[in-house]
Amino acid sequence: MRSLSYLLIGILFGITMFKSEAASWFRIYEMFKFDAFHMYGIIGTAVGLGVIIVAAIKRFKIKSFYGEPIVFEPKDKSIPRYAIGGLLFGLGWGLAGACPGPMFTLVGAGYVSILVVIVAAILGTFVYGLLRDKLPH
Amino acid sequence: MEWIYEPWPWYVSGAAIAFVMLLLLLVGKNFGMSSNLRTLCTICGADKQSEFFKFDWKSQKWNLIVVAGAIIGGFLASTFLTADAAVHINPNTVQELQGLGFESAGAAYLPTELYATESLTNWKSIGLIALGGFLVGFGARYAGGCTSGHAISGLSNLQWPSLVAVIGFFAGGMIMIYLLFPLIFS
Repeated sequence: MRSLSYLLIGILFGITMFKSEAASWFRIYEMFKFDAFHMYGIIGTAVGLGVIIVAAIKRFKIKSFYGEPIVFEPKDKSIPRYAIGGLLFGLGWGLAGACPGPMFTLVGAGYVSILVVIVAAILGTFVYGLLRDKLPH
Repeated sequence: MEWIYEPWPWYVSGAAIAFVMLLLLLVGKNFGMSSNLRTLCTICGADKQSEFFKFDWKSQKWNLIVVAGAIIGGFLASTFLTADAAVHINPNTVQELQGLGFESAGAAYLPTELYATESLTNWKSIGLIALGGFLVGFGARYAGGCTSGHAISGLSNLQWPSLVAVIGFFAGGMIMIYLLFPLIFS
């Protein structure tokens, strides 16, 4: 049952990524060029509603469907890892035009070559794991 | 019923993303896609190479099921909910991209110059998308999250580290497109 719920949520996510065109390389380029409001509207709406959702869950101590408390892990407080890691991610996002959610949606949409991006992203994660102790965090 | 084939407006899309995050919280999980890349490394045996990959990947199986759903969702949306996948970006952007050699701008979902299956024999195209993917994977794990984990989940929880990461995302994207694109594509 739980697995089915994860699958259905994933399907909704995949449909959303494709139909919103957030999985389109062109929309990402247009966003970085500030040529359209579209992507800013999407992220802005999601974050605006997200802030209300998270605040409401905390305020009213809403529990999960399974009766467990919903916990929010605070992010580690530091600057370098977010600034440098974020910058590298952004360089890749601008070039490949796909982030880790949409790249899977695009597999389903039939773009065979996106597999190159996915394999490279897994490799990038692996290399990060190897170098982790040598990098500033 | 024609509307069903149209792209979703930003407010529907944004609300749907917030809804996905809400549903994941309500089933006791959280919204973050890039951690799946780490899980896939572990499944491929990376735990023998680095401590970073030593964890019980089965605890992350739920997120791999979300990924499977995202793949199915992409199939359903492109097959049954889309008549014409061409993305109608700003005409000025189209013109600019055509100047950089992207003839498919305004007429496709992904640029055929980089992503057409035929481009898989073009080393420049493969090299570029592979480099992009590598940076996405490396950067996401370095920053501890991607667009979903930081820009949506993190900002929704008012985490300033996520704001630093998102500023980094945009700085990186803008450096790529304003400074490096004219050098790469010309």
